[in-house]
Amino acid sequence: MFTEENLKKVEELKKRYPTTQALTLPVLWLAQEQFGYVSEETMKYVANLLHVPFGHILGVVSFYTMFHREPCGRHHLEVCTNVSCMLRGSDQIVNHLEKKLGIKMGETTKDKRWTLSEVECMGSCGSAPMFAVGEEYYENLSIDKVDQILTELK
Amino acid sequence: MTAEPTEERVTHWDRIILPDIRNFHTIDVYLANGGYKALKKALEMKPEDVTDQVKKSNLRGRGGACFPTGLKWTFMPKQTTKPKYLCVNGDESEPGTFKDREIFERNPHLLIEGIVIACYAMGITTAYLYIRGEYGKWVRMVEKALMDAYTNGFVGQNICGSGFSTNIYVHKGAGAYICGEESALMNSLEGQRGYPRVKPPFPAQNGVWGCPTTINNVETLANVPVIIDKGWEWYSKVGAAKHPGPILVGVSGHVNRPGVYEMPTGEPLLEIIYRYAGGIPGDKAIKAVIPGGSSTMILRGDQLEGIRMDAESLKAAGSSVGTAGMIVMDEDTDLIKVITRISKFYYHESCGQCTPCREGTGWLWKILKRFETGQARKTDVDLLMEIANNIEGNTICALGDAAAWPVQSMIRRFRDEFEKRVVAEVETAVA
Ligand SMILES: Cc1cc2nc3c(=O)[nH]c(=O)nc-3n(C[C@H](O)[C@H](O)[C@H](O)COP(=O)(O)O)c2cc1C
Ligand code: SF4
Ligand code: FES
Repeated sequence: MFTEENLKKVEELKKRYPTTQALTLPVLWLAQEQFGYVSEETMKYVANLLHVPFGHILGVVSFYTMFHREPCGRHHLEVCTNVSCMLRGSDQIVNHLEKKLGIKMGETTKDKRWTLSEVECMGSCGSAPMFAVGEEYYENLSIDKVDQILTELK
Repeated sequence: MTAEPTEERVTHWDRIILPDIRNFHTIDVYLANGGYKALKKALEMKPEDVTDQVKKSNLRGRGGACFPTGLKWTFMPKQTTKPKYLCVNGDESEPGTFKDREIFERNPHLLIEGIVIACYAMGITTAYLYIRGEYGKWVRMVEKALMDAYTNGFVGQNICGSGFSTNIYVHKGAGAYICGEESALMNSLEGQRGYPRVKPPFPAQNGVWGCPTTINNVETLANVPVIIDKGWEWYSKVGAAKHPGPILVGVSGHVNRPGVYEMPTGEPLLEIIYRYAGGIPGDKAIKAVIPGGSSTMILRGDQLEGIRMDAESLKAAGSSVGTAGMIVMDEDTDLIKVITRISKFYYHESCGQCTPCREGTGWLWKILKRFETGQARKTDVDLLMEIANNIEGNTICALGDAAAWPVQSMIRRFRDEFEKRVVAEVETAVA
């Protein structure tokens, strides 16, 4: 169930687009912000809310990489390994993180504190290497800087 | 090594897209420096005269294809009963590209001003600004600026008392490179999977929700107020004649000062690398440069002399401007690793609609991994080339080409790198 505030936002969004189907992405974003991820139950709820088939919502959720169908760890580290980051040492950052957190890319620590993912170019090539945690970008990383960030995030 | 004569022009270039003024992103500072003056000027002109100015300025799209912007605008039907739309492309996901983000952060009002002028010129009353999902922080910055623009009467109803009204809505993507392709962007905006559409019909006839639509890149629209403010004559004289204006060049990889630099088009690549970006760490030699985002054809470091950052020069050199996101690689770079990573990206981002792209990108990556791990056969070089050639031009959208070009150019210009990997392997096997 959406909060009152989110329901109000949905009504506002309806005025912006000629069809309700166009609300699919914005409403899924609201859902992910409220619940932390997009479960099957959430997808059913969104489908009902927008009067679109469940299959449509499922299709969209599975197409876009930023909608998560499972809960992540408390901090989701998304490390860019694309060319510009690679040229500036993203491999070392990845190795260090895997060793330090004791997990591989794509995994979550047992205590659900950290999730580690490899991502494509994040538009930070000029301040590479980088990772993102939620909306926050951590740029110009070095091993020392990574250690410092991990301590701060705990 | 660097060419000297352009030094003066560069140092005298007053940045206008990303001016060096504190808090320029706030509406107060923007207004205090002549902001929204161009909008007022445009609103006093006839819409077709605004388009005409943009056309005569020779502004070409900064989203990758260098298409003439004014000409694109004239494709929009004048008489139509349907609503018309502007889609502003801020998906910015091509590896090596990070310039639109600077506009969102440092000069959002210039973009908003450009969007409203474009809407006025084409008679559009709704614009959607599509920003990639990863840029959540920048979405907030733009939304703040947009709210201020609404409050001050530069967007919304009866703009500046002119009687013209238009709305701008920010639409956040959700992580899919392909949504930067214009027809995929429209499908994504409609709430669907980001599948590119077969063209024709073209967006100006049948775009988003079946209505006439224009798609322009963020940086392209940020140039529009400059043209209106300073006039097309002035604008067309900046930089390269056939591809004029200021351009935001993002330099990344092995340079001392990576970042986004504003400059007139037509700057020598060596100038950009050495003067703007501070040269190569450890004074190493340049092995290769990707001039305009990962899909553009790679250039040899020893053949950069005379090549400039403009459409004509780069085309003649066998590459393209793309998004002007330059990736610089020093002499120690493992180019096989580079091309393998690039191919992995296109394989990952292929939407899967066309067989050559869906299958071909996967094959390219797989074979390249053989080179990376030293398991490639000599015939694999030609096999790679053949697959790339079979993808190019045979797909619905240009992602297919974007996957083929880096591989083709890498083999054409660095064949030895591939062959070294093969021969070395055979020798060790024998030994
Ligand atoms: C696979 C692919 C991805 C693209 N991504 C972007 C993008 O992120 N941003 C962008 O402005 N244009 C992108 N383009 C180009 C757009 O299709 C379109 O040409 C451009 O937005 C038009 O704007 P312009 O004429 O102002 O350059 C992409 C094209 C392809 C084929
Ligand atoms: S070329 Fe690739 S990305 Fe483009 S439509 Fe075909 S399969 Fe999809
Ligand atoms: S390559 Fe890592 S942010 Fe662009």
